[in-house]
Amino acid sequence: MDGAPTLERLAGQDGPALRAAGAWTAQHAGAIERLVRDAERRARKEAAVEIDVSHIARLDTFGAWLIERLRRALTRENNAPRLTGLAEDYRGLVEAVRNAGNDAEPRQKEPGAIVLMLAAIGHAMSEVADTLIQLANMTGAIILAGLRIAVRPQTFRFTSLIHHMEQVGWRAVPIMVLITFLIGCIIAQQGIFHFRKFGADVYVVDMVGVLVLREIGVLIVAIMVAGRSGSAYTAELGSMKMREEIDALRTMGFDPVEVLIVPRVLALIIAMPILAFIGSMAALYGGGLVAWLYGGLQPDIFLSRLREAISLDHFKVGMIKAPFMAAVIGVIACLEGFNVRGSAESLGSHTTSSVVKSIFFVIVLDGVFAIFFASIGM
Amino acid sequence: MAASDDNVIRVRELTVAFGRHVVLDRLDLEVKRGEILGFVGASGAGKSVLMRTIIGLVPKVSGHIEVFGVDLDQADDAARRVIERRWGVLFQHGALFSSLSVRQNIQFPIRENLDLSQTLMDEITVAKLAMVGLKPEVADRFPSELSGGMIKRVALARALALDPEIVFLDEPTSGLDPIGAGAFDELVRTLQRTLGLTVFMVTHDLDSLHTACDRIAVLGDGKVIAVGGMDVMLASEHPWVRAYFRGKRARVMTGEPALEQG
Ligand SMILES: Nc1ncnc2c1ncn2[C@@H]1O[C@H](COP(=O)(O)OP(=O)(O)O)[C@@H](O)[C@H]1O
Ligand SMILES: [Mg+2]
Repeated sequence: MDGAPTLERLAGQDGPALRAAGAWTAQHAGAIERLVRDAERRARKEAAVEIDVSHIARLDTFGAWLIERLRRALTRENNAPRLTGLAEDYRGLVEAVRNAGNDAEPRQKEPGAIVLMLAAIGHAMSEVADTLIQLANMTGAIILAGLRIAVRPQTFRFTSLIHHMEQVGWRAVPIMVLITFLIGCIIAQQGIFHFRKFGADVYVVDMVGVLVLREIGVLIVAIMVAGRSGSAYTAELGSMKMREEIDALRTMGFDPVEVLIVPRVLALIIAMPILAFIGSMAALYGGGLVAWLYGGLQPDIFLSRLREAISLDHFKVGMIKAPFMAAVIGVIACLEGFNVRGSAESLGSHTTSSVVKSIFFVIVLDGVFAIFFASIGM
Repeated sequence: MAASDDNVIRVRELTVAFGRHVVLDRLDLEVKRGEILGFVGASGAGKSVLMRTIIGLVPKVSGHIEVFGVDLDQADDAARRVIERRWGVLFQHGALFSSLSVRQNIQFPIRENLDLSQTLMDEITVAKLAMVGLKPEVADRFPSELSGGMIKRVALARALALDPEIVFLDEPTSGLDPIGAGAFDELVRTLQRTLGLTVFMVTHDLDSLHTACDRIAVLGDGKVIAVGGMDVMLASEHPWVRAYFRGKRARVMTGEPALEQG
């Protein structure tokens, strides 16, 4: 209804003038910007001394700013062009925009791609160092809190411990059993398929037994726990952190590590060996079932072979690793939760990194244990 | 900015309910072009619900809502979008996008609706920030790094990003200190004058009602129980309106002697 915006050049009374007309509003801002840019370019040769805005039908912040920008571009040695015909209604707006732009500073230039890449590598390295320091820090804080609780056992949050054990232990049983059972089935099937070529079917029992009890049982469970419970810990603590609930605890004289982290980590340390045990049994069961149905190995032969093949050591190796892996997962999850800053995005990225880091450290720990057990001959 | 005093918002017989809980019951309200309407009522009376119903976030049971003379039920999607661009909303807690910087928050609606160069958007952002009284440095901060008052100001800048004709403010000064709240009222008043805005402001702040608002509407029992200037409010005999505008707190503010000193 107001017509498209225009910016014409006219001959004014005392020099060249520009006349703005039409709707100088947000809707047309793209077009106006092009007009203004053209005028700015032409102004390098010959600056207009007057901007006539009397024909402007409508003006908003966008239009007012572009007029102000034009005015600045036309300014020569403190001689700003005159602004004529400004409607009374718009005077306040134009002044507001004029004051607004005064302290505007140009945005810094983005550095080049190579610098950005180097910076990213540097950040990543210092982050690794940070993570290790923070891990040590958090572990120390948890041990200290544990000692304090040992001195005054009545301060221990028993209800919280039970609640978290239910969440990370009891409720995880079905999915753990299902997954480890399937893994056991797959290992047995692959073993039978390949060993059969050498007529060594029966050694499948050795492989399933040793692999499941020493490595796979506990590792699969640890990875599942990291994805299932570690991420939940991070998200819970992170959103508490976002809503200042952790600060509130602190001001009431509670130690957040004692109240929130110790019960969680302890719950994991108790629940993980149990889950690892159940998981290993499910995997053995799956392996036995496949050996029988697919490999034709009778269950009683499977069992007697299993008894010969594995010693208590294999079982112990798996079980000893479980609580340590649980501790690593718990500490990393809680640490990431405490590192969440204000935004929703930060919560998401810390939850992701909690899972990624705990799986990474679980596998590193597994490697360390492998060396350790090999050297003590277990 | 025509001088006509037509109603930009007209709400007729509006009923809103959540399940069996009727929050607004055949409510009528008009907002005139270019005014600041202060909207008060007890906590939980349904002020936010009314605002959210007008802007289409809460479904209504019955009634009509006209904005700029267009019945929102009758409008098709395109027409609705045009109208939505002509209003801006400041939510009670700011509702800034926490993962975006202040600059990105303000540019978000601009980027979606207009095709502008990055330079112009940056310049406009600085201008908007200055209009709400913030320095350009704030642009690169994230919402979690801002104080309560700054969050409200940035949220206002974002609400004003597209130069709307109406702004809805839901308790803009709650959570601010009295001086910060006073400055915010001043700001709303100034912006209303310079930009020719119509302002629908839900508030609890008697100070705001005194200094910033042209008209006041009071919500009670799901209806508008009083509407008009401060004189109308002071003359009203409705118990809640009396308690609110002529209670002890109010008398202290208007400078009238309190009945029971102590
Ligand atoms: N999404 C919802 N679902 C159910 N009830 C709601 C919802 N939103 C608001 N209410 C109810 O509507 C009433 C009015 O709420 P609200 O408008 O937020 O009050 P206020 O006037 O303080 O802004 C309250 O009783 C509230 O419980
Ligand atoms: Mg509310």
